[in-house]
Amino acid sequence: MAKQDLAGNAMGKLTHIVAYTSIVAIVLIFLFLFLEGAGIFRFEDPVHLFLGTEWQPTSENPRYEMLTLIVGSLFVTLGAIVVGVPLAVGCAIYLSEIAPQWLEEVLKPAIEIIAGIPSVVIGFFALVVLAPLLSQIFGIPSGLTALNGALMLAVMIIPTVETISEDALRSVPKGYRHASLAMGATEWETIKNVIVPSAIPGIGVGVLLGFGRAIGETMVVLMATGNAALIPTGFLDPVRTMTGTVAAEMGEVARGSPHYFALFMIGCTLFIISFGVNLVANHLIKREER
Amino acid sequence: MAKLLYLAVLLFSIALIHGCTSRDTENRLKITGSDTMVILGQAWAERYMELHTEKTVSVTGGGSGVGITAIIDGGTDIAQASREMKPSEIGKANAMGASPVKTIVAYDGIAMIVNPDNPVEQLTMGQAGAILKGEVKNWKEVGGKDEQIGIYSRESSSGTYEFVKEYVLKKADYAPGTKYSSGNSAIVESVSQDKTAIGYVGVAYAKQRNDVKILRIAKEGGSEGYLPTKETVKSGEYPISRSLNFYTNGEPKGTAKEFIDFVKGEEGKAITEELGYFG
Repeated sequence: MAKQDLAGNAMGKLTHIVAYTSIVAIVLIFLFLFLEGAGIFRFEDPVHLFLGTEWQPTSENPRYEMLTLIVGSLFVTLGAIVVGVPLAVGCAIYLSEIAPQWLEEVLKPAIEIIAGIPSVVIGFFALVVLAPLLSQIFGIPSGLTALNGALMLAVMIIPTVETISEDALRSVPKGYRHASLAMGATEWETIKNVIVPSAIPGIGVGVLLGFGRAIGETMVVLMATGNAALIPTGFLDPVRTMTGTVAAEMGEVARGSPHYFALFMIGCTLFIISFGVNLVANHLIKREER
Repeated sequence: MAKLLYLAVLLFSIALIHGCTSRDTENRLKITGSDTMVILGQAWAERYMELHTEKTVSVTGGGSGVGITAIIDGGTDIAQASREMKPSEIGKANAMGASPVKTIVAYDGIAMIVNPDNPVEQLTMGQAGAILKGEVKNWKEVGGKDEQIGIYSRESSSGTYEFVKEYVLKKADYAPGTKYSSGNSAIVESVSQDKTAIGYVGVAYAKQRNDVKILRIAKEGGSEGYLPTKETVKSGEYPISRSLNFYTNGEPKGTAKEFIDFVKGEEGKAITEELGYFG
């Protein structure tokens, strides 16, 4: 008996350590990003850095102003959420509630395959196929726009949002459904008024993870959005994203230069945004549970 | 049996030590300088070392300025430079007792490309610069249709970006609405789709594609415009061109001379052109 306790204790300690490791890793990554990025404050004041709109890092008179890039990333990401979430959630409802078994067995792997497509392939598709199509449809000279990136990201977040939403829908207790049907509600009324509302916290988590997936995506936005550092006035304007900027410029930047610090500060900002989104998600879930 | 083994080990050690000592400074060549030329230098060095296994050639970047400084203070055997030495650098070299000698090893040219539907055939350097800087915003100002100009540039990490910024924009900034692509192929792709586009890519790259139009470029208004060809790039008649140079301290000799002869020979030139430059 005593021996078993000892083993149990050891395992308990081990899992403790493992759990704390992930927290330590996150703190260390954040510290690393922040310490590398903080050097930029010697060259650019915080107001210009975060609220200025001129990103000209290689100019004779360099300006490192990130607002354009932050807006660019949020623009593309929100666009992807608006297009992708209804599709993904609709898919999840259909698969969990309506679709017959055999169709489910065909559709589910098809959705999972989307997650397996390399992002560079999706980016290439956006550049060569979707961009010319958009330019024809909207009569604009170039299809390399925020819309182009948002549509591709919408496709990319579907597997994430769909899988988590479907799990949430399936974990709604069977009793709810039976009770609703017993009270005379139709199949559709049951889905609309009982099942989906009960699954909302889980669907919310799916949406937020989709947001995280979209804002962190690099290759697709780099190839699809035109990368012009201008504040967009609509979805038919090109945008330059934070991830695209780091990826495109980090390769040749001199270590320890203001440009290098600025790129790390972009990474730091990205980290804070996705961390913030996660905090909000946790908060919402807890409130919903109460 | 044991004695034989000893003997083998002894012989092997001697061979090893001999091998090391024979790799003396005579067979070692250090090359440093231009970031644009690092890939070229490494490609040349690799093939050269395959042909002459006893030689060791090391190639590093840092920028043309770094290479020239190294040749002045004796830190390298060959400096790679994508520009000429400045008078101030020559003065410094003379003061230090060094006498850098230039050898042109390759030529680099950048083609300005537009959509085949664009009626514009020719630009002056001034017009090209004004377009890329965003001072000229409409094609009708340079003889084209009444359309906003869409600018496609390489990313700032590219050597081509720096070259165009220095030669065509005279170090000014690109227009704020410039779209950036991370490769030659992405630029050609965009320009072939966008009727209002202007972009720039390496000459060798532009020539492989027939879905974009290469512009004639004139040095200034009134002077003749040239298409970029091997001849006009080498002669400098085509204005967006430069020579890629080696600098040595004094006339090249020994391994440095052998290496330069290789680079300028048939095989070296083949490598140069494979990488998109002219030999």
